[in-house]
Amino acid sequence: MNRLDISAARSTESVLSTNKLIKNTYMLLSMTLLFSAFTATASVFLAVPGWTYMASVIGSIVLIWFVLPRTANSSTGLWVIFGITGLMGFGLGPILNAYLSLANGPQIVGTAMAGTGIIFLGLSGYALTSKRDFSFMGGFLMAGLIVVFIAMLAGLFIEMPALHLAISAVVIMLMSGLILYDTSRMVHGGETNYIMATIGLYLNIYNLFVHLLALLGALSGED
Amino acid sequence: MDWTKIIWALLLGAMILFLWPRAKQMLKHSPKAEKGDWQAVLLPLAFVVGFVVLLIMMV
Repeated sequence: MNRLDISAARSTESVLSTNKLIKNTYMLLSMTLLFSAFTATASVFLAVPGWTYMASVIGSIVLIWFVLPRTANSSTGLWVIFGITGLMGFGLGPILNAYLSLANGPQIVGTAMAGTGIIFLGLSGYALTSKRDFSFMGGFLMAGLIVVFIAMLAGLFIEMPALHLAISAVVIMLMSGLILYDTSRMVHGGETNYIMATIGLYLNIYNLFVHLLALLGALSGED
Repeated sequence: MDWTKIIWALLLGAMILFLWPRAKQMLKHSPKAEKGDWQAVLLPLAFVVGFVVLLIMMV
């Protein structure tokens, strides 16, 4: 086998492994989103108290920071990711109930869900088909996230509805950028583990949905 | 003060502390954008803005 053949074989192998990663990631993402929707529906019907959202966020963060990185290379990682996404879905119950109690609540929730789906499919499809490398955005997106967290921290103590709206608008833009960034990382070999790729995209979709819902709820003209 | 606010504040503080070193490292070592790279990002983001405005008008 000459050098050209070896290089072509390596290139084919790389394309095949990237395609497998993308296929596995989107399959796992679909399943985790469905599971999340199931647990969210259950918590809506159970009318769980408001602190459930906070408890689910804390539980998920502990699992994402301390458990998932240690289990992502084994089959245990699949149980952990379903645990995280199930928990996060369950935590949405009080938020969804608050919006569903508005006169046009079901329309707001439905529009936010459909909008999130369209934005995700459009951006992820764009990153996949354009094959552009968006890794240059990494530092910018991380700095943006820190600024948002600082603004959220300030928003806890300053009663300013405009600040909350601005935070939601910025988070929507950041999550859109992160969808491009995370999809491009899969295509260009920045992420090779489908469980880690799935949790990244799931968090982008989750935050996009929550903040789109907040924006639509606040600007729908319903009090 | 509401106890949930204190817990949220602690949680946000922890996230900032967790992300800070990663953000610093990424700002230093991220590849630099080439000509046309930002244009390729701003175009789809402009569509997202337009789409969100459309959704707001619908509800």
